[in-house]
Amino acid sequence: MYTPHTQADRDAMLKVIGVKNLEDLFQGLPDKGKFPDLELPDGVSEMELLDELQYISSVNETPQELISFLGAGAYNHYIPAAVDNIMRRGEFLTAYTPYQPEIAQGTLQAIFEYQSLIAALTGMEVANASHYDGATAVAEAVNMAYHQFRGRKKKIVLSPSVNPHYRGTIHTYMQGIDLEIVGEDLDPEVSPDELIELIDEDTALVLVQYPDFFGRIYDLTKLGEAAHEKKALFSVHINPISLGMIKPPSVYDADIVTGEGQPLGIPMSFGGPYLGLFATKKQYVRKMAGRLAGETVDSKGQRGYVLTLNTREQHIRRENASSNICSNQGLIALASTIYLSLLGKSGLKELAELNYHKAHYAAEKMSTVPGFTVNPVQPFFNEFVVHCPLPATEINEMLLQHDIMGGYDLGVDYPGLKYELLVAVTELTSRSEIDHLVAVLEEEYHD
Amino acid sequence: MTEPTIFELSRPGRKGIRFPAPDVPKTALPETFLRDELPLPEVPENTVIRHFTNISQLNHAVDTGFYPLGSCTMKYNPKINEETARLPGFSQIHPLQPVVTIQGALGLMHEAQQWLAEISGFDAVTLQPAAGAHGEFTGVLIIRAYHLSKGETQRTKMLVPDSAHGTNPATSTMAGFDVVELPSDERGNIDLEVLKAELDDTIAGIMITNPNTLGLFDENIVEACQLVHDHGGLVYGDGANMNALLGIYKPAHMGIDVMHFNLHKTFSTPHGGGGPGSGPVGVIKELEEFLPAPHVVKVNEGDENNPDFYDFVIPKNTIGRMKSFHGHFGVVVRAFTYMLSLGKNGLLDVSQSAVLNANYIQSLVKDVYNIPYERLCMHEFVTEASWEDAPGVRALDISKRLIDFGFHPPTNYFPLIVHEALMIEPTETETKESLDAFAEAMLQIAEEAKNNPDILHNAPTKAPFGRFDEVKAAKDLILRTQLPDDYGK
Repeated sequence: MYTPHTQADRDAMLKVIGVKNLEDLFQGLPDKGKFPDLELPDGVSEMELLDELQYISSVNETPQELISFLGAGAYNHYIPAAVDNIMRRGEFLTAYTPYQPEIAQGTLQAIFEYQSLIAALTGMEVANASHYDGATAVAEAVNMAYHQFRGRKKKIVLSPSVNPHYRGTIHTYMQGIDLEIVGEDLDPEVSPDELIELIDEDTALVLVQYPDFFGRIYDLTKLGEAAHEKKALFSVHINPISLGMIKPPSVYDADIVTGEGQPLGIPMSFGGPYLGLFATKKQYVRKMAGRLAGETVDSKGQRGYVLTLNTREQHIRRENASSNICSNQGLIALASTIYLSLLGKSGLKELAELNYHKAHYAAEKMSTVPGFTVNPVQPFFNEFVVHCPLPATEINEMLLQHDIMGGYDLGVDYPGLKYELLVAVTELTSRSEIDHLVAVLEEEYHD
Repeated sequence: MTEPTIFELSRPGRKGIRFPAPDVPKTALPETFLRDELPLPEVPENTVIRHFTNISQLNHAVDTGFYPLGSCTMKYNPKINEETARLPGFSQIHPLQPVVTIQGALGLMHEAQQWLAEISGFDAVTLQPAAGAHGEFTGVLIIRAYHLSKGETQRTKMLVPDSAHGTNPATSTMAGFDVVELPSDERGNIDLEVLKAELDDTIAGIMITNPNTLGLFDENIVEACQLVHDHGGLVYGDGANMNALLGIYKPAHMGIDVMHFNLHKTFSTPHGGGGPGSGPVGVIKELEEFLPAPHVVKVNEGDENNPDFYDFVIPKNTIGRMKSFHGHFGVVVRAFTYMLSLGKNGLLDVSQSAVLNANYIQSLVKDVYNIPYERLCMHEFVTEASWEDAPGVRALDISKRLIDFGFHPPTNYFPLIVHEALMIEPTETETKESLDAFAEAMLQIAEEAKNNPDILHNAPTKAPFGRFDEVKAAKDLILRTQLPDDYGK
């Protein structure tokens, strides 16, 4: 039971308040509609509850029952036991935003370390305490660029190889703002350098993904230079695991780096809660939305942390704030902090390489099946596009009959890519699973 | 008490995890893309566990003590919710799996939508928004889309009472509206005369919190909603204070058209040090076509041979998607577990007890602490922490002194319309002893404020840390561990 009062408690309390019964506490409410008879079942015991939820969950099929090659923004990675062990601690789990730093140093130091780790990983100078997920982080990058130029630059150059969910979220976020978004109708398979000719003096932001939605790795040096030449900001969305082996976006002089933090020790959990990584250069820190922890000292001279630069935020600036965000993904950011601490310098590199090698093995094997091709020269990380002899939706239906989730059907978002399957491979994908997929494809399409 | 950072605990060559050797041949990455340094810490697992355990113990949390932080509903977070959210059938499913493989998840989402709709009186609910502020943004974009669909492009003004959360005006601006602030009347309600003066055909809507941020049920709510409707506007409800209304009053029946819920407040999901939350949005029938996409619906009613079948649909005039995938599903599982566990009577008990507890503390302290709008409160109340005979004492001092008594302080300086505000929300899960002890501490502190104010100014003295230098933090802007130049090389 979660409410403690006995009838004797209630009676004593009502007497102090000076009303006769519980109903009297609500005497100021309109009579019409008061105390509605909710058409809901009665409550149940914890035992019955667990039975019910176990049943519902068992209706779903997980990657333990189905071999999965699904990625496209959410990835099945191994989560070390230590991550959940710390996340379950009530001191972290049941605290709120650290408004009172004297009794919230656990949360504040964790945020500060999270900011430090994300800054180190991305090569950027500062990171905030996180956004809701990769998509909203990207939308906030657009919002930040718009405000950086006080609405005077009205154009965003957006690569078509940015995750379609992120692009959709940008459009939703910016629908009330006078802003032109260009670039999405380019051929998604071309190099990001094709975006250069779209950049002009009116461009506030150039936004790409790296590795991109199709898993490809491109050198972004020229694109970054072109953006800066026209005084636009340059924003790069990353996959944090890939940065264990590939150059960080700071190398391309990115002004803003966003990322989906889910691969950093967060369960797939049907799409959320995830983690929006957000980092920038120090010169833009006051334009960045979202919570920030900063180092300081207390009255005894002890080092500690507080939320800082609050004057950027909605509770101070109200209608003049550039974003309404008033929280961060606290516990999820903590999970990624523990995860990155455990993996550290050598572990993240090892993990990235493991993903890379396995994905390349899978790509090579799949290209040996007649009718299936993978671009043999384009570098990629742990996800790649397979051109199929039939529409990807048909391939997936066939594979599901064999208890395999084949990959993401790119035709869903790109009408020209109906024959393309986006295949993801992680450290949890075994060689035998890859071989099995290939064997099934060979058997089904041998002639 | 200062704990080193994880970077300071690092020693070259130490490792926290081992991965299996590759079971496939290696492929080389072109040299031009290879990263040459990765300045992450090097620590073994034991160091990681001790470090985070040690810093966790510097936190006050619901699991360690009373947390009457107004407007945040810091109720007890049932542990069974943590178990159900981690069932493999929920935690391990991929958001893009074929719908035939995720009927359990879609069914749960649909059921959760139905429960929230029944509790609130709305016709449809989306679970996509990630937090309360995100839900507000969703709702306000729905209002925008509604007016545009009617060709009423002149509706550019959003009315926001002066007692509103800062997210309300910030959200309106993000959606492209012009914000007009409305002062409250002398009983803390929406001032109907002021409202009438603002109403014309440029009004898009009003953002209302009810109970409002003073913890009061707005006595003018029905009339205010009616007036806005009469002028073609819509009413947005900020559901932050829904913990007062379960089984008590359905927001849709007040005249609210669109409202967000905070699953992390009302429905017991843990606040997690700042998140993740979840901010589902309920709407009346006329607004259903504008809901975010995709939306979960039951497409086939089952019978004895076939189960129900659920799928995603794109609402006809959708505002679009608010984020990746389908919302904070893991948070929804926790909230759904909670709703099932309580059922109809348990939900009513939550709000009755929450309102009882708030009124009880208010009654115990009201002779000493000024209550600016004194009447029966709902689930929280606001006091003014200032006395003529204690001129140097501020709300912040009282808050810091409460820490010495082992309590988390109330919300300070909000709502903005109350001078030196302390906003107290006990929630329903506290015992009478805990409420008595808190009221006792408040009364003792009021005495100290007059007789020995230095105790308050120097507080807290019994916490691991004293007051922090916030000016220095903003001036120095040290936002990450300072690493030596050769770190990670």
